[in-house]
Amino acid sequence: MRGFRLPLYSNLPMQPTPASHLEQAALKNYLLDHAYDEMFSAPGELHEHYGPLLEQFASLSVEELRRRKQSADLSFLNQGITFTVYGREEGTERIFPYDLLPRIITSAEWAVVERGLTQRITALNLFLRDIYHEGRILADGVVPRQVVYSCRHFRRQMMGLQVPRNVYVAVCGTDLIRLESGEFVVLEDNLRVPSGVSYMLTNRRVMKRIFPHLFRTYNVRPIEQYTQLLLGTLRSLAPEGRPEPNIVLLSPGVFNSAYFEHAYLARQMGIELVEGRDLVTHDNVCYMRTTSGLRRVDVIYRRVDDDFIDPLAFRADSILGVAGLFNAYRAGNVTLANAFGTGVADDKALYAYVPEIIRYYLSEDPILKNVETFLLTRRNERQHVLANLDKLVVKAVGESGGYGMLIGPQSTASQREDFARKIEADPRNYIAQPTVSFSRAPCLIGDELEPRHVDLRPYVLYGDKVTIVPGGLTRVALKRGSLVVNSSQGGGSKDTWVLSE
Amino acid sequence: MLARVADSLYWMSRYLERAEHSTRLLDVNLNMMLDEGPTSAERRWQRLLFALGNPKDVKWTGNPYALTHGLTFDTTLKSSILSCIIAARENSRHVREQISTEQWHRLNSLYLQVTRPEMQSDMHAEALISGAEQPSEFLQQVMEAVHQFQGVTDSTMSHGEGWQFIQVGRYIERASATALLLEAYHDDLFRTPERTSDGNEYLDWMGLLRSATAFEAYCKVYTADLTPDRIFEFLLLDEEFPHSLRFSIDSMQHALEAIQVESGKSRAEPLRRLAGRLQAMLSYSSVPEILNGDVVGYLHDIKGQCRAIHNTIYELYVDYSIQAALAG
Repeated sequence: MRGFRLPLYSNLPMQPTPASHLEQAALKNYLLDHAYDEMFSAPGELHEHYGPLLEQFASLSVEELRRRKQSADLSFLNQGITFTVYGREEGTERIFPYDLLPRIITSAEWAVVERGLTQRITALNLFLRDIYHEGRILADGVVPRQVVYSCRHFRRQMMGLQVPRNVYVAVCGTDLIRLESGEFVVLEDNLRVPSGVSYMLTNRRVMKRIFPHLFRTYNVRPIEQYTQLLLGTLRSLAPEGRPEPNIVLLSPGVFNSAYFEHAYLARQMGIELVEGRDLVTHDNVCYMRTTSGLRRVDVIYRRVDDDFIDPLAFRADSILGVAGLFNAYRAGNVTLANAFGTGVADDKALYAYVPEIIRYYLSEDPILKNVETFLLTRRNERQHVLANLDKLVVKAVGESGGYGMLIGPQSTASQREDFARKIEADPRNYIAQPTVSFSRAPCLIGDELEPRHVDLRPYVLYGDKVTIVPGGLTRVALKRGSLVVNSSQGGGSKDTWVLSE
Repeated sequence: MLARVADSLYWMSRYLERAEHSTRLLDVNLNMMLDEGPTSAERRWQRLLFALGNPKDVKWTGNPYALTHGLTFDTTLKSSILSCIIAARENSRHVREQISTEQWHRLNSLYLQVTRPEMQSDMHAEALISGAEQPSEFLQQVMEAVHQFQGVTDSTMSHGEGWQFIQVGRYIERASATALLLEAYHDDLFRTPERTSDGNEYLDWMGLLRSATAFEAYCKVYTADLTPDRIFEFLLLDEEFPHSLRFSIDSMQHALEAIQVESGKSRAEPLRRLAGRLQAMLSYSSVPEILNGDVVGYLHDIKGQCRAIHNTIYELYVDYSIQAALAG
C-alpha cells in the first residue's frame, strides 16, 4: 500500500473527522531509524497487514482510546495478573505493563518461524539425549567436551538415564528478534522453566474484549488451546502403565515471581498446584498429601529449577524441593517436565554451536539463524571483544532476565573496565554479541503512537509431537530507545496476532 | 484436596472467627463500662481477659483504652485482632487459587484497611489510649468485614470439601470461645448465696448475651426477662441460635460428615466417635442436670473435647504419618 490512502471498512466505527488528519497527528512522533519497523516499510509506506489496525486507532478519539486503555488495565488488575519484583521491600506486586496495539505477524512469516522452531527443538532434544548417553557429537568434535562439561547446568546424575519418549525439553520458550532485514533470528533458547505464557493467554482475552471488531476484521489464529495442548503433552509423557496419570504443577510457592502464572495454568488445566512440602516419596514413588491420604503423582510439570528440586540429589540447602524425587524419577515412576539438566543446551556459550548441532543431527541447514556470537574462551575472539567492548553486548552465560549484562553503547567506561576484568578472570562465563537492533513496533505512549523495540517468545511443546500455538509473547522495551524487554527491567508486553492465510 | 490447602482454609477461618470474637468482646465491654454496674472495672476487664484465654504478657493496668489498644493493634501479641487478620490473610494468600476472587477481595481489603500506616502510628495509639479517639468505629468495621467475608464465602465458593473445612474451622473456634465465655461469666451468673444481689446484675447478663450476639435472639425466645439458668440454657443448648455451643457443634459435625463422605469413612472412625459424642452430650443434656453438677467442670470437658477433635482432624487430614497412610 502506498502513502496514507487507507481503505475504509464500513463495519468499523468512524469519526466524522477525516481519518488521515488524526493519523498524522498521532504519528508525529513516529520516527523510523535503521531498525526494522513492524508497521512501516519506509516513511509513509505501510506494511499492508497493519492497514486496518492503524485505521481503527486513527478513528478513535483520544478519550475513547484512554477509556479502552483504562478498561484493559483494570481488567489485568482485577484478575490479579501481577509479577513480583525481587530486591524491593514494599509494593513488590506489580501489573505487567500492557500495550494496546497488537503486534501482527503474517501467515507466511509465521510458517518460517514454525518450521524453524520445530527443527530447533528436535535437534536440541537429540543433542541432550546424545550428551547424556553416547556423546557422539563430542567424540566427533563438533561441540567441544569442555563447553558441555564446564556448564553449570550440566547434570552428571542424568548420564545414561532413559527419559520417557527421549523428550528432555517438553516446554520451551525461544526468544526471537527481527534483524534490520526483517528476518527472524534466535536470540536465546529457554529450555529450563520458561515463563510468560499466562501473559500471552490473558493478553489475548483482554484484547478480544477491548477490540472485538478489529479482532474480527483480522483473521487471527486462536491460541486458547494452549493449556489443553500442554496438558496433552504432559499426559503423553506419563510413565508406562499409568493410563490415567495424575498430573500436577510444582511451584516454589506464593513468594515466587511467577506464582500468578503457576496458579493460572494449574487452574486452566484443572490440575493440582502443589509445593515441595505437599509431595513425599516412598520406595521411589512420589505421592501428594491429600485429605484422603496419599495420592500417587505421575507427571510433574515443574516450575522449580534443578538446583532446588531435590535436596538429596542437588542443592542440599533447598527447602523448596522434595527429598528423593530424583530417585523416583530415575526409577521411572514419575516424569518431570522438563527433564533435569536441560539447561546445558540453553547455555549462552553452547548457543553458538546450535547451528552446527542442527546440521549434525538433522543434516539440514538451520531455518532460523543465530545472532553472531563471540566465544571468549577463544583467544582471538576474546581480544576482539575486549578491544570493542563499547560496541558489543556482553552476557553472563548462566544468567537470564536481563541480569548480568553489559550493553556496550550505553555503558560507562568504568562498567566496561569492570566487565573486562570479569572476562579475563573467567572467560567461559561470558559471551559477546554485536548490538543487534530489535525490530520496532508501534506502541501507544501517552496519546500517540511511537515505535518501541520488541522481541517475540513463542512457546513450543514437545510430547508425542511438536506443537506450537500460533503466537507468543511479544515483549516491549517501553523506555524509548531501550533494548531490554524483561519485565523485571521496565518491559511490557502486547498481544501477538498471527493471521490466517 | 491437598492437605496443605485444607489446613490453610481451616486456619484462615479460625483466625477470622477469633478476630471477630475478640472485636465484639472489646466493643461490648467498652460500651457497657459506661453504665454503673455491679462489677468493678478491674473485675470487668479481668473477666474479658479470661474470656480471651488470658493472652500472655497482657495485664490489666487500670486503663481500658490502653488494654483495648494492645489487644487490637499489638502485632507482637499473637492473639491480637491485627495478628489474627494478618494470619488469616496470609493463609488465604497461600490458597489464592482455591478461594473465589470475591473472597480474596473482601479479606485483602480488610487487611489493607487495618494495616494502613496511620493505624500503626504512635499518634493514633496515644489518641486511643487517652480515650480521645473512640475505637468503636474501627471495631465495627472489622466485625462488618468479617460478616461480609462469611456471606461472600457462602455465596461464591463451591460448597465442596474446602468450604466444609472453612465451616469446621469457624465452628470449632466458636464453640471453644463460647465455652470460655460462659466460664468467665460463671461467677456472675451463679452467685453464691452469701453475695447479695444489688439488682444491677441485669446489665452484666445483658453484656454476656451481647458478647455472643445473643441478646435479641434470647428476647425472642424468653422475652427480656433475664434469668441465669435461661441465659445458660440459651448459650449452651439452644438448637437454633448460631452462637450457641450446641448449634456450633452440630454445624461442625455436619461439615465433618460431609468431609468424611469425600475422604472415606473407615479412616475417620476416631473422629466420628469424638465429634459424635460431643454432639450427643449437648443434644441430650438439660440445664437443671448440669447446674446440679460441676458447671465449670462441664465447660472444661467441652473445651477438652474440642481440642481432641482438633488434634484428630490434624492426624487424619493434615499431619498424618506417611507410614500410616501407606499402610491404610
